[in-house]
Amino acid sequence: MKSRLNAILDALLPLFATLAALLVGAIMLIILDVNPLVAYGALLNGAFGSSNALAETLVKATPLLLVGLGICIAYRGNVINIGGEGQMIVGAIVATWFGLRYTNMPGWLMITLAMMLGALAGAVWGGIPGVLKAYFNVNEILSTVMMNAIAVQLLNFVLTGPMIDPIQSEKASQIPQTARLEEAYRLPRLVPTRLHLGALIAVGLAILVYFLLWRTTLGYRIRSVGQNKFASRYAGIKVERYIIIALMLSGALAGLAGVTQVYGVNFRMITDGSTSGFTGRAGYNGIVAALFGSLHPIITIPASILFGALLVGANTMQRVTQVPSALITALNGLVVVFVVSSEIWRKKRQQKRLTIAIEDQEFDEFSNEIPGHSVEEAS
Amino acid sequence: MISDLFSLTVLLGIISSGIRLATPYLFASIGEAFSQRSGVLNLGVEGQMILGAFTAFYVVMNTENLLLGVLAAMGVGALMGLAMGFVSITLQAQQGISGIGFYLFGLGMSNLLFQLLVGTVETVSGFPKVPLPILSDIPVIGELFFDHNILVYLAFLIVPIASFVLNKTNLGLKIRSVGENPEAADSLGVSVSKVRYFTTIFGGAMSGLSGASLSIALLNVFQLGMTAGQGFIAVALVYFGAWRPWGVLAGALLFSLVNGLQLWIQVLGINIPSEFAVMMPYILTIFVLTLSRSKYGAPSALTKPFEREG
Repeated sequence: MKSRLNAILDALLPLFATLAALLVGAIMLIILDVNPLVAYGALLNGAFGSSNALAETLVKATPLLLVGLGICIAYRGNVINIGGEGQMIVGAIVATWFGLRYTNMPGWLMITLAMMLGALAGAVWGGIPGVLKAYFNVNEILSTVMMNAIAVQLLNFVLTGPMIDPIQSEKASQIPQTARLEEAYRLPRLVPTRLHLGALIAVGLAILVYFLLWRTTLGYRIRSVGQNKFASRYAGIKVERYIIIALMLSGALAGLAGVTQVYGVNFRMITDGSTSGFTGRAGYNGIVAALFGSLHPIITIPASILFGALLVGANTMQRVTQVPSALITALNGLVVVFVVSSEIWRKKRQQKRLTIAIEDQEFDEFSNEIPGHSVEEAS
Repeated sequence: MISDLFSLTVLLGIISSGIRLATPYLFASIGEAFSQRSGVLNLGVEGQMILGAFTAFYVVMNTENLLLGVLAAMGVGALMGLAMGFVSITLQAQQGISGIGFYLFGLGMSNLLFQLLVGTVETVSGFPKVPLPILSDIPVIGELFFDHNILVYLAFLIVPIASFVLNKTNLGLKIRSVGENPEAADSLGVSVSKVRYFTTIFGGAMSGLSGASLSIALLNVFQLGMTAGQGFIAVALVYFGAWRPWGVLAGALLFSLVNGLQLWIQVLGINIPSEFAVMMPYILTIFVLTLSRSKYGAPSALTKPFEREG
């Protein structure tokens, strides 16, 4: 009974952390002379208030979930993949190029191929830091950040040069975007909103990642490497290989996130020239979602929806209260800080449980020595 | 033309911009080197920088007092450093990830405050060039090294000071011992958390100063997301420089010289897409991180929270 309560408390920690962040946000809103209830009400309404709003939330949640799933895998292997942004970009570039290059294919075939190619590109982009970490001991946090910067430049290059929309290249405006994909190549809509099949695919992948991590040898080895590199090596696991695989899988999922943005949302690649112009920072927010989901693929589903909601609702909040949506970016940051900080309470309780368990065991051993009194009977 | 790059004026131009561009990296990297030497990886540098950049800009815009701008930026950075310290030292949270949190927080806050308080792009009159007397009259060299704003001199001056403090003083010994072997340091009566708090707060202040050097000395303007990843590069330079101030200097100079080269390639209209030119420093950083053997010399307790036994 007590252990179940503990488990529930553990699972609720991120929620408390979010509440704390929202509380800080409320204080900031009060300072700005805005009623926090009105602001958060607008946020909630913007995120869930209508079927369109809900659909938008799920559309925003999709790339977060995909990136977040990759974070779950990498993190279990004790690698931190900050490179979601870059992996999304290269995945989208390759998939878009393919879709524009090969016309008149059956839609399902193109979508399948584009997703595979996008995932592959993301895997390569994630695999490079993987190889560098495994064989050259290069810190993956740094290399993935660098790979992001490189991908952004690559994006700016292809969208203003080789892949620019022929219509835009003739105009003076020169908006950095590609041509539109043909209609047949678009991810099917689920309901008459902007919600597309990518959301379902992401949920399916979440289940798949769960099975991968806890029901397959590959997953077992990734987790084992993550928990103890040296013991894993001693047990004959090729540690380097699994570090690379973890980052490649992580990159593949982020690459896929990039593909869904093109094939499901915009039907073309477009940026505003800023570093997050294409991704909308999903590569970072996916980390936030995964953390919030306790780095568990299934819990990451609702976590992504929550952060999708925050992003969508932030725009409504901005319209209603004039408070810039950047407030939500700041609060997202606080959520991350609070979630990782709250870990200490989980650890402390775990330690306490462990001590109690050991004491109980000692007691059991002691009581077993008393004739006529066995633990089996007692319990 | 490529050959244009090798004319004397251009080479001098590259070196001169390289020296100027090294300024923000030097401040942030030296601060980060201190906190990493004590065992704390502060990945929130980017957030501290951008918030510092905004603070300095805002204060100078309103008061036209440059010193006040610098101090305010350092104060904000120090506060964020304190928060980072609390989270990673007292609460023992995962440092890599909490740093990303502070990055998002700083980015969002600076964005929010800019939109609320400033709104449009405005320029301020920042630190002017201060040619050093006599030294700046030396032909070529004078122009290259002794004709910059005061923060540039300060950034380069900090390197030998930092090196001295780390290697030759009692404080430096404490910082290093806490980063290498906190248990031993603790048993000798050094307060591990006090030293680590000091370095993260110092690191934060330096990141704030670094941001200020962008907004009120190098560019004299604040733009949303203007640090553009420089804080992350500053962290990379610490690895690059093997956690030593002189190494950090070498890394910062190499990086900013390549950056200067990249700027000049664009100025001269050489036929390389500018995007590839901008990419170069990042590729170089990955390359150097891959090849340098020094990364194996990381402080043993880096990213490991310290908890007293019992």
